[in-house]
Amino acid sequence: MKPARFEHLLPTSLDEALAMLAEHAPDARPLAGGQSLVPMMNFRLARPTVLVDLNKIPELAYIRDAGDHLAIGAMTRERAIENSDLVRAASPLLHDATLNIAHLPIRSRGTIGGSISNADPAAEYPATVLALDATLVARSVRGAREIPASAFFDGVMTTTLEPDEILAEIRVPKAPPGSGGAFVEIARRHGDFALAGVAAQIKLDGEAVTDIRLAACGVGPGPIRLTAAEDILRAGSLTDATLAEAGRAAAEAADPDGDVHATAAYRRKLAGVMTRRAVEKAAGRARENL
Amino acid sequence: MTDTRKITVTVNGERLTGAAEPRMLLVDFLRDELRRTGTHVGCEHGVCGACTVIIDGDAARSCLMFAVQADGAEISTIEGLATNGEMHPLQKLFSEHHALQCGFCTPGMLMTAMDLVHNSKDHSPEAIRIGMSAALCRCTGYVGIIEAVTEYARQVHGDAAVADRDSGEHSHG
Repeated sequence: MKPARFEHLLPTSLDEALAMLAEHAPDARPLAGGQSLVPMMNFRLARPTVLVDLNKIPELAYIRDAGDHLAIGAMTRERAIENSDLVRAASPLLHDATLNIAHLPIRSRGTIGGSISNADPAAEYPATVLALDATLVARSVRGAREIPASAFFDGVMTTTLEPDEILAEIRVPKAPPGSGGAFVEIARRHGDFALAGVAAQIKLDGEAVTDIRLAACGVGPGPIRLTAAEDILRAGSLTDATLAEAGRAAAEAADPDGDVHATAAYRRKLAGVMTRRAVEKAAGRARENL
Repeated sequence: MTDTRKITVTVNGERLTGAAEPRMLLVDFLRDELRRTGTHVGCEHGVCGACTVIIDGDAARSCLMFAVQADGAEISTIEGLATNGEMHPLQKLFSEHHALQCGFCTPGMLMTAMDLVHNSKDHSPEAIRIGMSAALCRCTGYVGIIEAVTEYARQVHGDAAVADRDSGEHSHG
């Protein structure tokens, strides 16, 4: 199928884009990389009447070292994040997650801001920013608003962004010494939507877990913080017993639907298995990052 | 409301102009407006990879971009691979390794492989398999495709580049 008619607006600055969004809200939608919105338009599952195309706004595409965090512009392509030595060093979790997003030709166009704003329950970045405790900066003609990732997602493909706001910047805390992050997922074909995936960020003092954040994708109506599993691991060290218990807690926290690709029960089991693998991979990196 | 615009793109080095309303997909613009029908349309939602072309240096799905977004872009398609009727080395390898049967996926396979071999750093067997998973083929079973792309990577980067090694970064399980 082909998209329904729409008006295409092509701003060349963020201010111009925000003014256009304010003028046309709530009918306008921002167009980022288009790797989720355009397929939905092709199938007419989405029929926006006005698209504010953000692809000609160079000021929204950057990766900057901002001291204790990386500042990433919303229109930074996933391919640029994948190839960034800065990201690889400062946030192995974000690097890992990026490699799991779809395929290279999709990552050529797809953006970090678009993926987070689209809030697909199976997408890697929403769970990743939850585990990273990232700060999401929204902009509108009314000003800027800093939103913790924990307050950004609001159900299936829904966020707390207002219709005239766009996500402009993602602030990713750098992994401090003693900490490590990892992302693992299972899909039928590499690059397909994950049946289950888990993002883990962990801090170790010797073998004691001093801080841990876990989030899952593909197993609920949105990204899910796995707080019960975190609590089990934060209380002690990583042993077969605590990892198994954390996996069970993660499976219990998962709330998956079954579909043609996998049953709900299988996805729930995977949530536990992925949790254990993500924690072990993140802990391995934490031990090397002293 | 019909807002038809004049769009100019450079396709395989040739400047071409056509008309597109905003909703026209780049792949339809290439095929129907510019009559460059080498690029195929498959699933229209980014899954199959048949429409993959190289836009300003990076492989991308031409079904997930509007023609109006490509105004001024440099695009490489399968029509640009051969020179003076002589097949490109990658095309010859696809033929030699029986990497196609019906040929529907081949334009996207070739452009995906061109980007993968020329722009990626990792050409290990695992990286090539993951990279080529970006395009679907319903005939060959992929073995010939992977062989052809691996052989092309060997021709471009040498034996060491395609040697088997443990590539943990691309692990997905």
